[in-house]
Amino acid sequence: MTSILFFEQLLNGVQFGTMLFLMSAGLTLIFGVMGLINLAHGSFYMIGAFSAALIAGLTGSFWLALLASLSGAAIAGVLIEIIIIRRLYRRDHLDQVLATFALILLLSEGVRWCFGAFPLFLDIPSNLNGTLPILDNLIYSKYRLFIILMGFLIAFGLYILITKTRLGVRIRAGQNDRQMISALGVDISKLYTIVFALGASLAGLAGAMIGAIQSVEVGMGEPILILAFVVIVIGGIGSIKGALIGSILVGVTDTIGRIFLPEVLKIFMEPSSATSVGSSIGSMLIYILMALILIIKPSGLFGKN
Amino acid sequence: MIIEKFLNKWILFFLLLIPILGFVLEEPYYITLTTKVIILGIAGIGLNLALGYCGLISFGHAAFFGLGGYVTGILSFHALNSELMFSWPFTASGSSNMLVIWPIVIITSALLSFIIGVLSLRTTGVYFIMITLAFAQMLYFFAISWPNYGGEDGLSIYMRNSFPMVNTMDPITFYMICLFWLLLAVFISAKLINSSFGMAFQAIKQNEERVKSVGIETFKVKLLVFIISGTITGLAGSLYTDLNRFISPSVLNWQMSGEIMVFVILGGIARLYGPLVGAAFFIVLEQTLGGYTENWQFWLGLILILEILYVRSGILSLFEKKLKYEK
Repeated sequence: MTSILFFEQLLNGVQFGTMLFLMSAGLTLIFGVMGLINLAHGSFYMIGAFSAALIAGLTGSFWLALLASLSGAAIAGVLIEIIIIRRLYRRDHLDQVLATFALILLLSEGVRWCFGAFPLFLDIPSNLNGTLPILDNLIYSKYRLFIILMGFLIAFGLYILITKTRLGVRIRAGQNDRQMISALGVDISKLYTIVFALGASLAGLAGAMIGAIQSVEVGMGEPILILAFVVIVIGGIGSIKGALIGSILVGVTDTIGRIFLPEVLKIFMEPSSATSVGSSIGSMLIYILMALILIIKPSGLFGKN
Repeated sequence: MIIEKFLNKWILFFLLLIPILGFVLEEPYYITLTTKVIILGIAGIGLNLALGYCGLISFGHAAFFGLGGYVTGILSFHALNSELMFSWPFTASGSSNMLVIWPIVIITSALLSFIIGVLSLRTTGVYFIMITLAFAQMLYFFAISWPNYGGEDGLSIYMRNSFPMVNTMDPITFYMICLFWLLLAVFISAKLINSSFGMAFQAIKQNEERVKSVGIETFKVKLLVFIISGTITGLAGSLYTDLNRFISPSVLNWQMSGEIMVFVILGGIARLYGPLVGAAFFIVLEQTLGGYTENWQFWLGLILILEILYVRSGILSLFEKKLKYEK
């Protein structure tokens, strides 16, 4: 019984981790290439979810909604990059933090203006509804398996994009030496816009996919944004590999910790206080993990010094 | 700089005028509102020491603000229901006397800033920003999931904590208590900035390597600034709980950290009264725009972005230029 529960939670953790990866891959790319801390990344998660809910409401198609989340967030990303973000690349981190903090206020209130304060709901398509038997006793939600699959497909796609394509070469060159590649005739500001839009669309897709499990509401992006920060700090800022490993680590630690820590503590303590202490510590566990990793490696698992 | 000193005198004059105006016009609401400005200003002054003068971009000062608030709330909560707070390793009961609460707040805030500082200051740049943020979030989630003190719903304390000989429920009295702390915070900041220690931490902002090369242990300097900064913000948190007679996890939220940072930047970074002016601007904006539209934060965001993109050095700098032209 416990091992079944454990596997189920492990899968939940991996599913959570793959969505975190979609968020943190964009963040870490944007930081790596442009040197920008983008607090407003969570807003693209929200914009993606709202675009999807809008299109799903109009057409009834989940797949069109996913497409809308990608393109909606990408369009918003391009516009915001051109109007505001572009002016921040040369500024120090403090200005970037504040401007993107202000952008969160702007975008959250803007979305609330357009869609109202009530949460929207996005339906899972009927062929992904229901469960699938994986092992003898283990049945698992099809939709969550779909999310895991999508996550790994996108991770693989990003790997191909970064290592095998011309755009990928430019992105890597941009990470290494911005001035040099612009001197070599690459249109650097176009590259920046593309990278920003790519990051935004990944976040938007994550928002739509999670929006179907939870609800689509204003402010949905910020909790996951902060987790994405934890991920890239653990993985090392700028490293996509670090983001992938960090995401899975954070997703699994968080999910397993919340479920099993109270159970483990019950061995030592009386049940009622074990539950409260366990759930308190469980919710702090990933931050403790992060602190531990930073004590050992101050620049993250795969970060450059 | 002479002009800034001139401005500061006006700010002080204004702060003393408010309670008289509020009393004469019989509008205690304005006194309470200005008290809020002062308390948030103190929080900002704390952050300004680390952020403005030493270049430590802490995105987690809500942790100290919230800790100060919760320590005050918890002490007062136990004083009201006269239960022991804990009986191990020594017995401790609550208290509703500010003179008891403040030292405890100062000690606990200093301790927390020491712990967060020692761990976070191992890193620099973006890592530092994100780690301080993460520590504050850690406390936030702890406060939400810890059921003894209200959890997500927060903790009400019904009566403002007491101060010997005076009635703290009187708005003007409480205003004066907060004003005292504000002036003390400004005084401490001014003394620190002009001390040799202050020279060291301001030099670190410009070039840490050079400061190291003259033999100053920069880690210790930064840690000490961080502790003083966190402690001042923690004390502001204590006053904030007394002002609202309520504390909830929302003061530990990352948005609080962002707002404290906004006070510092709006007013003008590395200026003694900058955070106070920033907080005043923020509250005035909230009160006026909030009266017209529910979406006032939209306009706040817009103003902030414009400020960062075009003005860059805060509200006080606008006044400075004007005064220069007039002369």
